Amino acid sequence: MDSQHYNSQELMVVNAARLLKDHDVVFVGVGIPNLACNLAMRTHAPHLQMIYEAGVIGAQPARLPLSIGDPSLVTGATAVCSMYDIFSLYLQRGNVDVGFLGGAQIDQFGNINATVIGDYDHPKVRLPGSGGAMEIAAWANRCYIITPHQKRRFPARVDFHTSIGFLTGGDARASTGVRGGGPQAVVTDLGVLKPDQHGELVLAAMHPGVTYDVVAEHTGWPLKKAPDCQVTEPPTAEELRILRDELDPQRIYI
Amino acid sequence: MTKLVSLPDAIRTHLHDGDLLYASGFTHLIPFAAAHEIIRQGITGLTLARATPDLIYDQMVAAGCARKLIFSYMGNPGVGSLRRLRAAIESGELAWEEYSHFGMISRLRAGASGLPFMPMKPTGAEDLASKNPQYRQVSDPYTGERVVVVPPLTPDVAIIHVQRADVQGNAQVWGILGEQQLAAFASQRVILTVEEIVDEAVIRSDPNRTVIPGMVVDAVCHVPYCAHPSYTQGYYDRDNDFYLAWDEISKTQESVQAYLDEWVYGLPDRQAYWEKLGPEVHERLQAGERLSQPVNYGEY
Repeated sequence: MDSQHYNSQELMVVNAARLLKDHDVVFVGVGIPNLACNLAMRTHAPHLQMIYEAGVIGAQPARLPLSIGDPSLVTGATAVCSMYDIFSLYLQRGNVDVGFLGGAQIDQFGNINATVIGDYDHPKVRLPGSGGAMEIAAWANRCYIITPHQKRRFPARVDFHTSIGFLTGGDARASTGVRGGGPQAVVTDLGVLKPDQHGELVLAAMHPGVTYDVVAEHTGWPLKKAPDCQVTEPPTAEELRILRDELDPQRIYI
Repeated sequence: MTKLVSLPDAIRTHLHDGDLLYASGFTHLIPFAAAHEIIRQGITGLTLARATPDLIYDQMVAAGCARKLIFSYMGNPGVGSLRRLRAAIESGELAWEEYSHFGMISRLRAGASGLPFMPMKPTGAEDLASKNPQYRQVSDPYTGERVVVVPPLTPDVAIIHVQRADVQGNAQVWGILGEQQLAAFASQRVILTVEEIVDEAVIRSDPNRTVIPGMVVDAVCHVPYCAHPSYTQGYYDRDNDFYLAWDEISKTQESVQAYLDEWVYGLPDRQAYWEKLGPEVHERLQAGERLSQPVNYGEY
């Protein structure tokens, strides 16, 4: 694989990394979000601070963490605290800039279902549940969602609100009083969706070679195109080198 | 007074059929050896509480120990699904009560602090609260704003693995602290499993590192490698290969039964389990060395 070619995972990691700003405090998950944060740190955001729900602050993992509580997150970190403290002092208090979220379903208004497909009491498919997602989605200043773009993952309405985006749109989120700004972008393997002024996810950018029709076909609601819809810059040779040679040489996530 | 007892004796004395058990540790320090002993003793009807049920509760549910699960994230961390738990819930065999992580830990916090409830800011996600009546809302008496509350969780028994403790149960932990301290203070009875039993003087040389005081501990069990396939920071690494292997093993109840026969019922204790894992695994899980800088407490 050379730098002119890249796969869906690499495309998502690179585009997610570009959303992060230097000095952001990021509540990180394992897998793609972790790669995105580490890539941002090695490129445009060297002062990024990674914190993990397990209670680790300022992690600098020497190897690719394979779980949210990997011991390599602790060795060399700036602080470790209890789980209660990470959710209260850091997240609830408003000390987290960015949260990453994922889930089985993401709807038109950025609400996420990671709990159940079908009826809650008699589940057709039982999913893992909230973990930290309910609070991250509410209290982080900005949230980013990373997911492959498939129609079943993008229904018009989720079966269950594990965590909220903009609820039914308009001022529905603001009226709940939650402090965070909600989902600011959904990065997929086809492009990037962003909320419009009503909180509805619209197509803000397409990856090179992708057409609007393809994205619309893979989305479960009539997808609007933003007036200033862009084409994303392809991953650079340097971004791909860092990802492949330094961050995930065994190609576990990419 | 020493509280040192064998793990089988501690389980026999303190854990009974039908109890509410919190086997603690967030990814780190999960007391698998204690779970295996509970399975061997045939204890049933337990309510199993943990933020992340992890493989430890997948195994206990598959072995028939439990009637109910209280949790906040039911996944095989970094791998995927917890298949036995998922099957038991989807088939209606296992009752469950569900929270977010913060809701779950707040319940422990209330229990550990002797409070009637813990308040949290609303999250706007109300579907879970509509399914779990333990989530309630009250009005903030100072501002009138809505506050979400959860009641105390007070397990009958907590099992907590730590790096080192003295024989009275003064326990020191480093690395991910999870909910270790809250689980100890919230529970009626506390069983400590310990990598290393150390002299009281070692504990007193670094009192800031003591997370659980002996006063809340009922039994101290010396169980090296207790946390495998999870890990103990600075002692041995997480066995990610086993977490992946479990994804295969747990696909059917039959293959889980074969695993339990070989690795739980077929072995007397953790020492035999560790030996059976063999030198290749021991080698692979070595933690290496990265020491902290000592601090000066002063001579006063």
